[in-house]
Amino acid sequence: MPDSRPDSKLDLLQGTLELMVLQTLATMGSLHGYGIARRIEQVSGDEVLINQGTIYASLVRLQQRGWISAVWGTSDNNRKAKYYAITAEGLGQLAKDSAYWLRLASVMERVLAMPKEGDV
Amino acid sequence: MGAMREAVARIKSFFAKEERDADLEAELETHLELAVEDNMREGMSAEEAKRQALIRFGGVQQAREQQRVARGLPWLDVLLQDLRYTLRTLGRERAFTIVAVLILGLGIGANVAVFSVVDTVLLRPLPFAQPQQLVRILSKNMKGGESTATFSTDAVQEIQDRNKSFQSITGYFAFSGPDNLKLMGNGQPKPVTELDVMGNFFTTLGVQPILGRLFTLEETLQHSRPVVVLSYNFWKRQYGGKPEVVGQVIRLNDVPVTVIGVLPDTFDFGSVFSPGARMDMFGPVIPQDIREEGNTIALVGRLKPGVTMAQGQAEADLIFPKLEFNVQHPEYGSAYTARFLELKDFVSGKLRRSLIVLWCAVGMILLIVCVNLSNLLLSRAAARSKEFALRSALGAGRGRLVRQLLTESFVLSSAGALLGLAIAWSLAAYLAHQGSIALPLLSSVRIDGIALTWTVLIAMTTALIFGLVPGMKIAAGNLQDGLKDGGHGSGTGAKRERLRSTLVISEVALACILLVGAGLLLRSFMKVLDVDLGFEPSRAAAISVDMKPIPRTADRKTFETIQWAQWQEVVHRAEALPGVEAAGIADSLPMSRNRSWGVSVKGREYKKDELEATFVYIVSPGYMRAMGLHVLKGRDFTWEDGPSSDGAILINETIAKHLFPGEDPLGRMVQAGGDDKRVIGVVADMRETSAEGDAGWQMYLPASQDGPEGAQLVIRTKLPQAALSATLMTMLRQINPDQPAVELKPIQNLVDHATSPRRFFVYLVSVFAALGLFLAALGIYGVISYSVTQRTQEIGIRMALGATMARVKWDVIATTLKLAAIGIVLGTVGSIAASHLISSLLFGTESTDPVTFLAMVLVLGTVALLAGYVPARRASRIDPMVALRNN
Repeated sequence: MPDSRPDSKLDLLQGTLELMVLQTLATMGSLHGYGIARRIEQVSGDEVLINQGTIYASLVRLQQRGWISAVWGTSDNNRKAKYYAITAEGLGQLAKDSAYWLRLASVMERVLAMPKEGDV
Repeated sequence: MGAMREAVARIKSFFAKEERDADLEAELETHLELAVEDNMREGMSAEEAKRQALIRFGGVQQAREQQRVARGLPWLDVLLQDLRYTLRTLGRERAFTIVAVLILGLGIGANVAVFSVVDTVLLRPLPFAQPQQLVRILSKNMKGGESTATFSTDAVQEIQDRNKSFQSITGYFAFSGPDNLKLMGNGQPKPVTELDVMGNFFTTLGVQPILGRLFTLEETLQHSRPVVVLSYNFWKRQYGGKPEVVGQVIRLNDVPVTVIGVLPDTFDFGSVFSPGARMDMFGPVIPQDIREEGNTIALVGRLKPGVTMAQGQAEADLIFPKLEFNVQHPEYGSAYTARFLELKDFVSGKLRRSLIVLWCAVGMILLIVCVNLSNLLLSRAAARSKEFALRSALGAGRGRLVRQLLTESFVLSSAGALLGLAIAWSLAAYLAHQGSIALPLLSSVRIDGIALTWTVLIAMTTALIFGLVPGMKIAAGNLQDGLKDGGHGSGTGAKRERLRSTLVISEVALACILLVGAGLLLRSFMKVLDVDLGFEPSRAAAISVDMKPIPRTADRKTFETIQWAQWQEVVHRAEALPGVEAAGIADSLPMSRNRSWGVSVKGREYKKDELEATFVYIVSPGYMRAMGLHVLKGRDFTWEDGPSSDGAILINETIAKHLFPGEDPLGRMVQAGGDDKRVIGVVADMRETSAEGDAGWQMYLPASQDGPEGAQLVIRTKLPQAALSATLMTMLRQINPDQPAVELKPIQNLVDHATSPRRFFVYLVSVFAALGLFLAALGIYGVISYSVTQRTQEIGIRMALGATMARVKWDVIATTLKLAAIGIVLGTVGSIAASHLISSLLFGTESTDPVTFLAMVLVLGTVALLAGYVPARRASRIDPMVALRNN
């Protein structure tokens, strides 16, 4: 049962952070780690329990699978930063994973909305 | 695909750790700076901005760790970490490490060495092409030595023609003695050993020359163009491995012979067909030349593909009764029969049981080593319980601790394996050069890939066995106990001690089985050495005599007259040498060459199988005394028994008993070797082929009646034999300037050679038993010593309350003896169960020999007592005040 108290945050399910990263990079283009973390926080409306530091393990995983690429560059305020971008393969994976998530979510929705027996 | 790429990426990262770490550090720095800037933009103070940034980031250290786990090979990191830790720990406890590695090295080394022998002799196929097709063709009745295991050239021809099961049948002349030819050339003639083989011998075995060629058909049919092929070793030794030797003409005796080829290093005739013998060169068997000599060819066949031994045997059972000789001489029964034996079985079949026993013995050593190390590690684990408790309190899981222990045992085991390999390698190298041990294939013993695999396998198994016992203790025990003041005398301590006692008991029991096995084999060996051989090898020595060639034109009578005179000259001059008590010549010596003829009472009919093949020695007067043979009845030969006198013969007791039961054989006429002979004496039986075997039928003929080829001068002397060697050589050279340089060899060498396989096994098993005993003693000492240390306080109290030193000492010794006694009882039961395995190897000793068992109990008891005495003495010297104060 999801806790509805406003002060509680959602624990991330396995693999969801990766999906969020891919989606962020797909929509925002090239970004550094801090940018990605901020963007996810903003979009999730601070509902997700996430330490920004966690993002770096995900970035390594995605990079090792060849779904994102990384280059060193300079940030707006002249800082050395590593910029990540989604690859063609990453786009494919994103399409696959998001389709899966949406399907799962709709199934979950239907199951949880199941009326009690006798209510029919 | 993705998984594969990830794996590759992880491996890459593993080796680029520093670079990746630097990258991450730069990223983290940027991240925090950007976050701080954002926060300040929102109006926070610098300090607050930094604080908030860190909070949002989470643990920096954790992020680093997470990234490392995600990108690299975390298990390998942990393993390396464990390894580093292990090496540090072991380095600190140097004494423990050295003892453990030594014990393991000995155990693993012995195992690998024995394995390489077992592998070479039993497991590895013979070094020939398709060796499983090769069959040694023997006779069913083989009581008369080589002569009954060999075939005449006519029979061989018939067998070759008639058989359908074999691709080819080949053989070699079975009676070549060592140093049978002399290589003439620069300076003194050099003795060489040559063996005649049938023309298709090498092709049948599948041996190709590395230089030159093999015999042509023409060369195997006539003597017109004598040729030889050289063995690899002789080629290296005599001709320095120069390829030009092929095609050269060398002089053997007085005959020019062409060298046509060199055989490969892998072909060692001696080690397969005649263990311990050295062969220098091979010539072709010329059938006409040996046609009249009877059974001389040892047969080897190669079965056609798909034909089984049983099919071949069935066919032979049909063919052999129809062989010409069998048809023409029904009075001999079926002289020629066939028994097929896979060549591999012929070579090493007899050794199988000995080697398996050896293998078991060495396996037991490994078990004892494991038990010993379990014990060592267990007491170490006890000593380290505080460390483990601390690590556990700091968050190390039980699994992690067990893994740490296993890492330690694997490291120890690997070090032990390295040491063991070095030991095994030197042992193998040593064994490969022991020409005096009559074990087949021994010369090819080496540490090869299979032996290496075996090493790794036993090292890993050992590590698992001895690492798991203390590991399981950790897994099961309550780690926190370790923090509670050492836990002396607590429940776990007592349990641990019980486990240690059980280990020691099993160690003692294993050592006990080893001791009994070694004891029984040793007793058998003593019995073998004690056997009355019928001759006296001590103080007797023999030297090969090269007689001056007698013209080929001489008829038999002339030949014999010349030869008899030559022999007489040699013997008389040898007898005249200072220090020589007796001298005599024989054409062959016991326990070396063995051949047999027939003997029967003249004019009497015998039923089939009533007569036995009879070993024959052609000798000169003086030989009996020189050899220490006893003429029991009648007289020895004299020089009067020359070619012009009637044929005379000496028979042994066994013949006399069979041919003349209840009668006096002296003066009776017998037929031997086709001639009539008069029995002039009866000689004591002697051991013909081995000390363990029966005497069989033996007869002696003077050289005046059957001209032999070889001649061995046997002398009996009180002088050191080496002192006589040069004098004898000078004397022989005076008679025949072409006498090659040969050594005077003690007759004892022949006996030693015959008993060498038994000596070899007894020696090894005894060494293993001693090792087992030592390890068991170490185990007992370890356990008792540990328990004394654990109980220091208790003993102190007891002494303070008035227990005497003697009392304390006795208590400790009693504990020791109790452990030893239980181990001995269990071991005795085990020994009785195991002794049937070696019963067939025993000679003159029962497998339940009470002397052996009693000796084992005494030895083990004494050793246990000694091992327990040292800690007992220490216990009795505990100063109660010091013991109490220390706590």
